[in-house]
Amino acid sequence: MTAAALRLANVRKSFGRTEIIRGVDLVVHERERHAIIGPNGAGKSTLFNLISARFPVTSGSIELKGEDVTGLRPFQIQRRGLSRSFQISNIFHNLSVFDNVRCAVLWSLGYRYSFWHRLSRLRDASDRADRIIEAIGLSRRRATPASVLSYAEQRALEIGITIASGAEVILLDEPTAGMSHSETQDAVALVRRVTEGKTLVMVEHDMSVVFGLADRISVLVYGQIIATGTPAEIRQTPAVREAYLGTEFADA
Amino acid sequence: MKTLFSRSRLLVLAAYLAVIVIAPLLSPKGYWLSLLCQIGISTVFALSFNMLLGQTGLLSFGHAVYFGLGAFATIHFLRAMHEHSFSFPVTLLPLAGGAAGLLFGIALGYVTTRRAGTTFAMISLGIGEMVAASSLMFPGLFGGEAGLSSNRMTSPGWFGITYGSQLQMYYLIAGWAFLCILGMFALTDTPLGRMANAVRDNPERAEFVGYDPQWVRYLMVVLAGFFAGVAGGLTALNYEIVTAETLSASTSGIVIMMAFVGGIGHFAGPIVGAALITVLQIVVASVTEAWPFYFGILFTVLVLYAPGGIAGIVAEHKRLYDAGQLGRVLQQYLLGLVPFALCCLGIVTLVEMAYVLANSSEPGNAPLHVFGVTLNAARPLGWAPPVIAVVVGGFLLRLVARRMASRGETVVTSLLQRQA
Amino acid sequence: MQFVVSSLLNGIAYGLLLFMLSSGLTLIFSMMSILNFAHAAFYMLGAYFAYQISAAIGFWPALLIAPLLVGALGALIERYGLRKAHRFGPVAELLFTFGLSFLAVELVQLIWGKAAVDYRIPSSLQGALFTFHGTSYPIYKGFMMAVSVGMLLALYAGLAFTRIGLIIQAALSRPDMVQALGHDVPRIFTLVFGGGTALAGLAGVIGGNALVTEPGMAESMGPIVFVVVVVGGLGSLGGAFVASLLIGVLQTFMVGLDWSLIDILRALHMEPHAAPALARLSLTQLAPIMPYILMVVILIFRPRGLMGARET
Repeated sequence: MTAAALRLANVRKSFGRTEIIRGVDLVVHERERHAIIGPNGAGKSTLFNLISARFPVTSGSIELKGEDVTGLRPFQIQRRGLSRSFQISNIFHNLSVFDNVRCAVLWSLGYRYSFWHRLSRLRDASDRADRIIEAIGLSRRRATPASVLSYAEQRALEIGITIASGAEVILLDEPTAGMSHSETQDAVALVRRVTEGKTLVMVEHDMSVVFGLADRISVLVYGQIIATGTPAEIRQTPAVREAYLGTEFADA
Repeated sequence: MKTLFSRSRLLVLAAYLAVIVIAPLLSPKGYWLSLLCQIGISTVFALSFNMLLGQTGLLSFGHAVYFGLGAFATIHFLRAMHEHSFSFPVTLLPLAGGAAGLLFGIALGYVTTRRAGTTFAMISLGIGEMVAASSLMFPGLFGGEAGLSSNRMTSPGWFGITYGSQLQMYYLIAGWAFLCILGMFALTDTPLGRMANAVRDNPERAEFVGYDPQWVRYLMVVLAGFFAGVAGGLTALNYEIVTAETLSASTSGIVIMMAFVGGIGHFAGPIVGAALITVLQIVVASVTEAWPFYFGILFTVLVLYAPGGIAGIVAEHKRLYDAGQLGRVLQQYLLGLVPFALCCLGIVTLVEMAYVLANSSEPGNAPLHVFGVTLNAARPLGWAPPVIAVVVGGFLLRLVARRMASRGETVVTSLLQRQA
Repeated sequence: MQFVVSSLLNGIAYGLLLFMLSSGLTLIFSMMSILNFAHAAFYMLGAYFAYQISAAIGFWPALLIAPLLVGALGALIERYGLRKAHRFGPVAELLFTFGLSFLAVELVQLIWGKAAVDYRIPSSLQGALFTFHGTSYPIYKGFMMAVSVGMLLALYAGLAFTRIGLIIQAALSRPDMVQALGHDVPRIFTLVFGGGTALAGLAGVIGGNALVTEPGMAESMGPIVFVVVVVGGLGSLGGAFVASLLIGVLQTFMVGLDWSLIDILRALHMEPHAAPALARLSLTQLAPIMPYILMVVILIFRPRGLMGARET
């Protein structure tokens, strides 16, 4: 049995008196591609924010590769090998594409807070950044300030920054949001390429993406997971169809 | 990709070095050398400030603390040298200031970087006030109202240099300034330096690539404190006296102006700003009492219309030049030149008249001479010409601006939009 | 005993004044995310306007007119200055208000000179409110408290019970939504900024004659207001209230207590051997920096302030 890359146990989150996440248990296996779907307002982004420690959990525990990471700060979780992307591109807008990605590799290469290394001379950082830029298809825009990029380019950069650190567990928050059909296809190919051999958890609305990419799917409704399984199993589960997919999906 | 010290950069450095070396010889007057010394000190101070603002996005209203404490540390060291008769190369004395700046950066920086952004600005103000207020409570350490003084001439050092002459002092300042500029520039090309930029742009994302933004900020405060302390050491040696003014809120305010007017978005911006503000301060102050007011106006207008400062304006015009648009822009400037000059003249006259009126001892007569005409500020009629100048000038200026905008002359508007 | 009572009352009066200033600042910040560095400058202008007006027509008209003038000025500045600076981000906004504060002080010096002006308590409010064991408590301090409390109650009522107040509260957290509902959010911003500065102006009107009216008053009051806001927690009116009173009362007590650390040790029957300069300082001497020390302590042990929200 493959080990659990990510394990959530009875995770709950309340904002004031409103409970958004109401007891989520989730196991994501190593090298698995796991999608989380659900209707709007189900709490998918909140769940991501909890896993990546953007918000603290109200109760419950989160384990990363067997280690309890509940209550850690985001940068601590990042250093332990979990990286996430954002639904709204969260990039360094005044820095070039190259610098954006290079910043994301620095910690994993061990440079930490060094002010004695000449950054432009660090071959390993530059090479790794360039390889990632090529993987995300932005080589021609290497020197462009990130704020000037097009929407799709920024989404690609967003993914680039996320995988740059070499984390084994990648969280992608709606990577194809706002994209046209062809852009979505490119994005899916990109995601498949760059997450090869890694554990991927993603939130997605586009069903074609989900069913094309995911090994397993969890369905989140009103802060609870009502079903987990392979795409085929999920398609059959009546509770899911009722809660979320509706009749249109029955034909997909 | 440009390496840190590419050929064009080395050329600039060499030119700068040449300028520094030759500058004192350009004028025999005593005030020229003093001016250059002050510019050198301010340059290091302003650059250290911009490590925080331009590079890390931290607006500090209390940066004079590190400058002042560095100055006091240096003067204490110097006094100790005289009192206890031990020798130490005066040339290296600014390091004492730097060390003090570093240590206080470590101590105070921890408190100030607990929060970021606007809160940091307020906290830095509070800490600045606290240190300034404390300085009057410990006369032994800070010399009370009179400050502390000493003599930078100790036993002859290397090559018989005693720093007795202002010229020798100038070269000491110039040398240290050059080294500090190199050091601070080199810092921009380090992992910490680049992550400081990242934290400035998006602290949340910086956290999600594995960096603790608070630690990045803290280290930058410590390093900036070091360089500010060196500047403080230089000022202690230059004037041989340090008072509480050195760490006051107004010193913190002036360095903000220097960096901002020069341009916080470019490394060389504060260098320009320090020179300009120092010159203005000394030159304008000798001509009119209203110089702080003009400073305030200049600063506020820049914030609203050119937040990239002078360096930003130069960069923008370089872009225009590259795009072949510079000629058109210059034409527009020419068109607006006369109304602008009229407006400025009017404002200056108004301000000067107000000062003259406030300071006049004779009731009913407060004369101001401008362009051979004497205006009486005590009489309402005397105010008419400048008011008319401002109104007419301002009206024409708006007319020109509107006309340019309506004709699709969007260059100036793009200038306003692509700032900072 | 009378020392305790009079210090307490004076401290509360001073604390309420601080709260008037810090509440305006907090409202502006909560609504517009702008830290008005020039807030204390509006306080100063309130005092100077009141001085000028009361010299012409008397104190009571000044009490009404001066804050309105200051608020109008604040609204103009927001409309034509701050809004422009907003495009360039929070740093530009902060620097703009910084430039303003600088200009305000210069302007005041230009018009009224560098020395303090004789802005006096009106004769109808002079004298003692009551005497308690030999010390008399001035009427004016009582008046100050009454105005502060009255103004703040009116503010609370206005926000909680009027329609515009509800809109303001909504715009506090969701300006986009409020604008989408058809309200003129920029105008609301102007209103809030004008209101906040008017509050500062009112504080100046009642405080300027009790304390001193001089160009340096902005620089001495300003940082303390910021400390109040940091200690109370940025964006929290309740925190600002607690912090204002705490600092007001504490500082007033310290000014009156001429004890040094050595005196305290001696009172505990401990004779110190070596006495560093620090220990010889009396509480009176330490009073001016007490707010800053409090701020440092809070920042070390509770960075979000007494009642502030945790920074996400």
